[in-house]
Amino acid sequence: MSEKRSIEEINEKIRNGKAVVLTAEQVSAMGKELTPAEITRKVDVVTTATFGPMCSSGAFINFGHTTPPMRMEMITLNNVPAYGGIAAVDAYIGATETATPNDTYGGAHIIEDLIAGKDILLQASAKGTDCYPRTEIKTLINKNSINEFIMFNPRNAYQNYNVAVNSTSKLKFTYMGTLLPAFGNANFSTSGELSPLINDPELRTIGIGTRIFLGGATGYVAWNGTQFNTGKPLNEYGVPVGNAATLSLIGDAKQMNTQFIKAAYFEKYGVTMFVGIGIPVPVIDEEIAMTVSIRNSQIETNIIDYGSGNFEILGRTDYESLFSGEIPLNGKKIRTAPLSSVKVAREIAELLKNEIAEGRFFLTEPVALFTKTTGLNNLDIRL
Amino acid sequence: MIFNNQKFKKMISKRFVLTFPPEATGEPITYNLIKKYDIMVNIVRADVSPGKIGHLVMEMTAPAKTLKEGMVYIRQQNVECEPIEKKIHYREDLCIHCGACSAVCFAGALTMGRMTAELTFDPEKCVVCELCLKSCPLNLFSIDID
Repeated sequence: MSEKRSIEEINEKIRNGKAVVLTAEQVSAMGKELTPAEITRKVDVVTTATFGPMCSSGAFINFGHTTPPMRMEMITLNNVPAYGGIAAVDAYIGATETATPNDTYGGAHIIEDLIAGKDILLQASAKGTDCYPRTEIKTLINKNSINEFIMFNPRNAYQNYNVAVNSTSKLKFTYMGTLLPAFGNANFSTSGELSPLINDPELRTIGIGTRIFLGGATGYVAWNGTQFNTGKPLNEYGVPVGNAATLSLIGDAKQMNTQFIKAAYFEKYGVTMFVGIGIPVPVIDEEIAMTVSIRNSQIETNIIDYGSGNFEILGRTDYESLFSGEIPLNGKKIRTAPLSSVKVAREIAELLKNEIAEGRFFLTEPVALFTKTTGLNNLDIRL
Repeated sequence: MIFNNQKFKKMISKRFVLTFPPEATGEPITYNLIKKYDIMVNIVRADVSPGKIGHLVMEMTAPAKTLKEGMVYIRQQNVECEPIEKKIHYREDLCIHCGACSAVCFAGALTMGRMTAELTFDPEKCVVCELCLKSCPLNLFSIDID
């Protein structure tokens, strides 16, 4: 009979301080010697993590009302525009927003500065209405003065991602970092065997309502992420090759920590934000025990030419090779470099492991699982 | 004659980046620097291959006048020769160890530890190409002028 356990049984063990919690790296090492059945018997929870640049991030802010009140329309925070096309004093600040296209300071910096407790200059204008007569405001806000400060990231935690190379003779500056000409380097951006959605590739335990670590605070999976794609080809270990599933995440930014939320600027690309995410995977059966045991050598992804503009797939590699410092391509060796911090991902996995083992973080049964998709629509230009 | 020997003049050590054009010069530059100019040459880093722009980082030790003559000689061979008078300053305390800078560091001064996943900066290997300044997403590199 195959080994099984429920999330409620795991929570009971956490409550009694008896849960065995390991990080995904620890269980990958264990998987070299133990069978999935043995791992299921020994391990209750596996913690996964990532800390990489995730552009599709941002935060809702409620500034509080003034007297007389105002329905803010054009809103800026330290001169960075925030979206005000919602109710009176609500706004959404997107991580990649900047005052001008060339600015190195943007929405991600506003979010990081607010989390750090700094004052931010709020300026807004409005046409004024009978119920909201004020037309102008200029004041300072910080995380204690505002009401809600809710991080809501439409697309985070990509299940896997491409490796970027540059076939051209020119230096290219991309969201995958600086790419040297003539295949001078190969950049990649996931935490490999630590990566959350690699450890539960079919999303059997991660769904709507899953409690997670987000930016140093407790967060939740709100929905599937945008560009969610379960239709990608799988390799022999059941891992999608290339960018596949994503998550939409939510959490209280007031509780977050700038150690795990970092504003960043990629040369000639723009502003983005490093987001720290940790997701616990409950070892509910042998199938999950097998997927959490996945090793870097078994996770593959595509090598894509980001230089030429047509994003051609040039080959395939695995994360053991990527982390080794060089990969072979067309008979040559190319130096590799990560963009996502495995060091910080390890810290998150370790933190979450301790939180669970010490009975401060309990696991959740997803409220609903995600619907499988067959692929993504392209945007047709119809005019 | 012994009083004219360079050993009794004030010796200066300086680092230089030599940039070679893709077409080979055919001239044994380092040999001549040693043999003809009596300059002590210590090659720190070499990245030269036929058909590509090559870089050579070397320390030259000689009296000031001889060093200048050596630089003139190198430049006559259509090879750029720039003294390294700048240093890269790295804010290690704020580093998140993402590794983006290691992607562009052809000199091998910025490397990721395979087991530790931590960035290491070895100033001895740095050729001050300044590519890391633009590649660090947290803007942690800057130039110190000596």
